[in-house]
Amino acid sequence: MDLAPRILTARFGVPGSHTLEVARACGVYADLGRVLRLEAEAIAAQVRASGLRGRGGAGFPTGAKWGFVPPPERRQGRPVHLFANADESEPGTFKDRVLLWHDPHRVIEGTLVAARALCCHRVWIYLRGEFRFLQERIDAALGEARQANLVGPDILGSGFDCEIRTFRGAGAYVCGEESGLLESVEGRRGLPRIKPPYPALVGAFGDPTVVQNVETLANLPWILEHGAQAYRAWGTEASSGTRLFSVSGPVRRPGVYELPLGTPFRELLEGCAGGLRPGRRLLAVLPGGSSTPLLTAEQALGATLDHECLEALGSFLGSGGVIVLDDSVDPVAALANLTRFYAHESCGQCTPCREGCGWMARIAARVAAGEGRQEDLVTLEDLARSLRGRTLCAFGDAAAAPVLSFLETFRPAFLARVRP
Amino acid sequence: MNDPWAPDLAPLAREILAGALVPGAATLPLLWLVQDRRGWISDEALAWVAGSTGRSLAQVEAVVSFYSMFRRAPAGRWVIEVCRTLSCELAGAPRLLAHLEDRLGVRAGETTPDGAFTLLAVECLASCGSGPVLHVNGIPFERVTPERADALLDALREDRLPERPEADLWTWPPAS
Repeated sequence: MDLAPRILTARFGVPGSHTLEVARACGVYADLGRVLRLEAEAIAAQVRASGLRGRGGAGFPTGAKWGFVPPPERRQGRPVHLFANADESEPGTFKDRVLLWHDPHRVIEGTLVAARALCCHRVWIYLRGEFRFLQERIDAALGEARQANLVGPDILGSGFDCEIRTFRGAGAYVCGEESGLLESVEGRRGLPRIKPPYPALVGAFGDPTVVQNVETLANLPWILEHGAQAYRAWGTEASSGTRLFSVSGPVRRPGVYELPLGTPFRELLEGCAGGLRPGRRLLAVLPGGSSTPLLTAEQALGATLDHECLEALGSFLGSGGVIVLDDSVDPVAALANLTRFYAHESCGQCTPCREGCGWMARIAARVAAGEGRQEDLVTLEDLARSLRGRTLCAFGDAAAAPVLSFLETFRPAFLARVRP
Repeated sequence: MNDPWAPDLAPLAREILAGALVPGAATLPLLWLVQDRRGWISDEALAWVAGSTGRSLAQVEAVVSFYSMFRRAPAGRWVIEVCRTLSCELAGAPRLLAHLEDRLGVRAGETTPDGAFTLLAVECLASCGSGPVLHVNGIPFERVTPERADALLDALREDRLPERPEADLWTWPPAS
């Protein structure tokens, strides 16, 4: 079998990979002049054909997302805005941080490709508030790129202008949600918006807007250089290409690993992450961040890492943040931890979420402390069910997923902790 | 913006406002500017940001209170944020936090009486593969054992932020 290409990690670990000189020596920007001279539609067609889906969590097809943005002749003079989403806040996910640290120029290049396809001339890279150290690194990369005529007016003589800046949030998980992000950029509380209208039509400042995860963008130069078919050669029918998987939890080598979609989970766990520690048994896996329903050990060991398989198992590929739980982990305490996270991060806009997340956290903490009663488990489940589908963003479903899947998977452990 | 409260901030503020598509979009950058330079966001700062962006005081206060990183009170010289979300908890965050509380003599959320340290327990910092993680004034330190935490505190007490070993942070499968 061919070795999978390193589409996203080729420059990881190369000394100085964040500098323009090294990045260029390693091929970044080599094809940019040609790509920026292509028709916008030619770029979009390649991206559609590649089957690329968003790497932020929802897995929405990138080409289709762009297709909702009105073409220049139907914009009535309004600009289009592009936001590269590096709010990376989903527990278990740290790949965007590693990608931006090692290869900021590839993210910039991918951003330019997307901007060209969207005929967009102004881009912001939205970083979560805690990524100040990344902002400095990216600002330096943008400065170098600007000097080299890779960002700014008439890039590489192509006639295409594009300005890129960074923007830093200030601590809010919900700003990773695209409309929460836009509220934040406009200088307000990051409360997700009622949709429709979707950002593609009415986004930042009332203009058509695309919000795209930075890993998604980093795939674009490779797709344009090698072609959609080469990209589709990796992955599965509905999950093309490779992905960055963040592996955390009690494994021997936690880290970020690039694998073709469709790779068996077992290979990620054992081949990449070195397996569990000696004598430990796999308990369960959160496959795509803390908001994705648990897989049991048996499900996980039989699973492949793609949208099709994980959705058939009732979960999601999500952000690719794989949290591994072994038999040293107390699932009751783990759920108490996660419910606290969601209670802390609920924006408070929708009553079922604002109240429900707080209740769930208090009850889960009580149960973990051994002070719960059996009826608490009923209330906990009831709260999670009342939350699903009743909020105006996906946060409600995200907060409910661990509660319902932990209760279902570890019912005996929960029952053993409560008084009758 | 021309408020005499902040003559030193005015040139940077002008630059931020010039780069904002609408004045309101300068709100977060201006709040960061104030917090970075002054350490916290006072009533005067709030009024200055409101005046600069054409927002009401209440609107700006609402923004400040929404985002967990903005501070309405002074903090210690070194702000230590310890991640406590699941992957870090499994990697030993509770032990690290308890150790820091013990060494500093404060609970999470408090500042030491000498004003040197503020200790905070925070949610996921996106370093899940190298926990437990903490940030010191925004700089990440990963795989922080109690011993490493002691060495870190010693350095900070001497007003010195230790060099972060490159291999500590950014090897992507970590060196093994």
